[in-house]
Amino acid sequence: MEAFGLLLHGFAVLLTWKTLLLMMVGLVLGIFVGVLPGLGGPNGVAILLPLTFTMDPTSAIVMLSCIYWGALFGGAITSILFNIPGEAWSVATTFDGYPMAQQGRAAEALTAAFTSSFIGSLVAVLLITFLAPMISSFALKFGPPEFFAVYLLTFCSFVGLGREAKHKTVTSMSLGLLLAGVGMDTVSGQLRMTFGSAELLRGINFLVAVIGLFGISEILLTMEERLALRGHAAGISLRVVLLVWKDLPKYWVTLFRSSFIGCWLGITPGGAIAASFMGYNLAKRFAKDQESFGKGRIEGVFAPETAAHASGTSALLPMLALGIPGSGTAAILLGGLMVWGLNPGPLLFVEHKDFVWGLIASMYLGNVVGLVLVLTTVPIFASILRVPFAAVAPMIVVSCAIGAYAIQNAMFDIWLMLGFGVVGYVFKKIGIPLAPFTLALVLGNRAEDAFRLSMIGSGGDMKVFWSNGLVGSITTLAIILLFWPLIDKAFSSVTRRLRPAKA
Amino acid sequence: MSNTDIEIVVDDPTAPEANSPAVASNGVVDAVVSLGLLALAVTLGWDNWRTGAAWDATGPEPGYFPFYLSVILGGASLYGLFAAAFSRREASETFVTRAQLRRVIAVFVPTVLFCLATQFLGLYVASFLLISGFMRFVGKIAVWKSLLTAFIFTAAMFVTFDIAFDVIMPKGPLEAALGY
Repeated sequence: MEAFGLLLHGFAVLLTWKTLLLMMVGLVLGIFVGVLPGLGGPNGVAILLPLTFTMDPTSAIVMLSCIYWGALFGGAITSILFNIPGEAWSVATTFDGYPMAQQGRAAEALTAAFTSSFIGSLVAVLLITFLAPMISSFALKFGPPEFFAVYLLTFCSFVGLGREAKHKTVTSMSLGLLLAGVGMDTVSGQLRMTFGSAELLRGINFLVAVIGLFGISEILLTMEERLALRGHAAGISLRVVLLVWKDLPKYWVTLFRSSFIGCWLGITPGGAIAASFMGYNLAKRFAKDQESFGKGRIEGVFAPETAAHASGTSALLPMLALGIPGSGTAAILLGGLMVWGLNPGPLLFVEHKDFVWGLIASMYLGNVVGLVLVLTTVPIFASILRVPFAAVAPMIVVSCAIGAYAIQNAMFDIWLMLGFGVVGYVFKKIGIPLAPFTLALVLGNRAEDAFRLSMIGSGGDMKVFWSNGLVGSITTLAIILLFWPLIDKAFSSVTRRLRPAKA
Repeated sequence: MSNTDIEIVVDDPTAPEANSPAVASNGVVDAVVSLGLLALAVTLGWDNWRTGAAWDATGPEPGYFPFYLSVILGGASLYGLFAAAFSRREASETFVTRAQLRRVIAVFVPTVLFCLATQFLGLYVASFLLISGFMRFVGKIAVWKSLLTAFIFTAAMFVTFDIAFDVIMPKGPLEAALGY
């Protein structure tokens, strides 16, 4: 119950007018970013990050996480009203959400989406509240070998469990790790991979890369699409909200199932997309009349939205407890932590109690405030879509440039951002995933340090990664996950051979 | 309910035609990217080898970790090169059509010019030029609307960053003349 007391303290930290105001600003900016075509959670957070550089860390993270919630809520608006999923994990929401809007039940669908996102995040935040302190106090016993094993586990699970071609995931990850190493070596102070350039001396900043990869490249990709749209922006009346809420208990199984799937997949890297589809498919499979799915069934909105938000939120759990982000957006928030001079990892819970519990409390508050805000202001935000893209695109470019420059006050970074924009555009089109790259870039230095410290400690003996039960099982699990597709294939071919023998 | 309904219709007159010919196929781009990454891996690997990728008395040398990463990157891109060369199905998919490319260039070239302008004129002047120019010439929006939007946005950015949040942006001759 210590967590509960600390959480209350967190609320006390937050309940000042200034923080609440920042929260509202963050939410509005977030919804704005979520509704605009070609922008979503990670891009929004990356672009708006520089606004927070001069704030104290607690206000900054509150604002950023609210931008994130806002973007998630905003994505649902465009999926339902215009059949345009802002993010890959909103795709499943369009299956039933858009048909509902066409039948004139847009208000109902939106209420369902917002409410279920709220429930999903709430479950995940509850999980974080009680699990994160436990994991982090456990992780305090970790030495360099354990940390390296955990990093290895993260990287390997991306390769083994990701749906992209394996060599493309490996390419993206090793490129990220390599670029993280550019500049001054943290252990020996020697220069690496700078080729005599003074600009590369500082290294390649993670946030600059992210702004280019997600911001600029997204603009280029959006320009390729046909940007016409047509739809109705419906206002939500209190009566509809209450009507949907009254029916809510009927769907508790769906909500519970999706929250569980979301939390589970969110903690393992890259899960939100898989979670939303899995939530939808399971709801469909367990339903009595499967035919009605895809034709505007409210459960078809509840299931994916709950799962996506539960997973998006629980992705913050490994970031807070271990310093390992579970999603692209979590990686960007992690980059933010470093800018504000906080060292992510288990020590955060000991050294910066105010910050951590302020953040967790802001997840609760941000969700409640966000729910009220979106329910009341949908028509206003939907009409943002009327603003022509020709006006929005250059503004986004300018915001990206401001963001990239502000990080280190370097003109070189603006060019670097442009370069990463092109890289991101090409990579996305040929199916090289960007999430492993982001993760590798933000974790690269710490993974290398952990590796070298454990090597120094053991005198260069690789056996250190199997030196005790804990580190040994993490390392072994990592290697199993890396070769999971092969193991899975071998396993199923064995069972296939056994089955006819039985029959 | 219906009295709060607002119909939103946005047209896209310059949308890329669906039947535009392909400029490049996925297979070709895949192979080119793999080659580029291979070259990068070799360059970085060589640099790390030079820095020292072996072990010394205190543990691994600075180049050790990145050297083996460049080996992994090189291996993965080599594999990618072969995969691109031998897969028929994926390779024939369109990477970009001519009409799409035209639109991408319409936003990419102004962005490059904007970065150049930022270097010499400062960020705020460059952003005013980018927004007004882009709205007028790419978006075909009325001149006064373009200029007004660009001015309001740039001014808002200046007030937010340089004045309210103390995040200092690159400046040029105009700001110097105005005393900032």
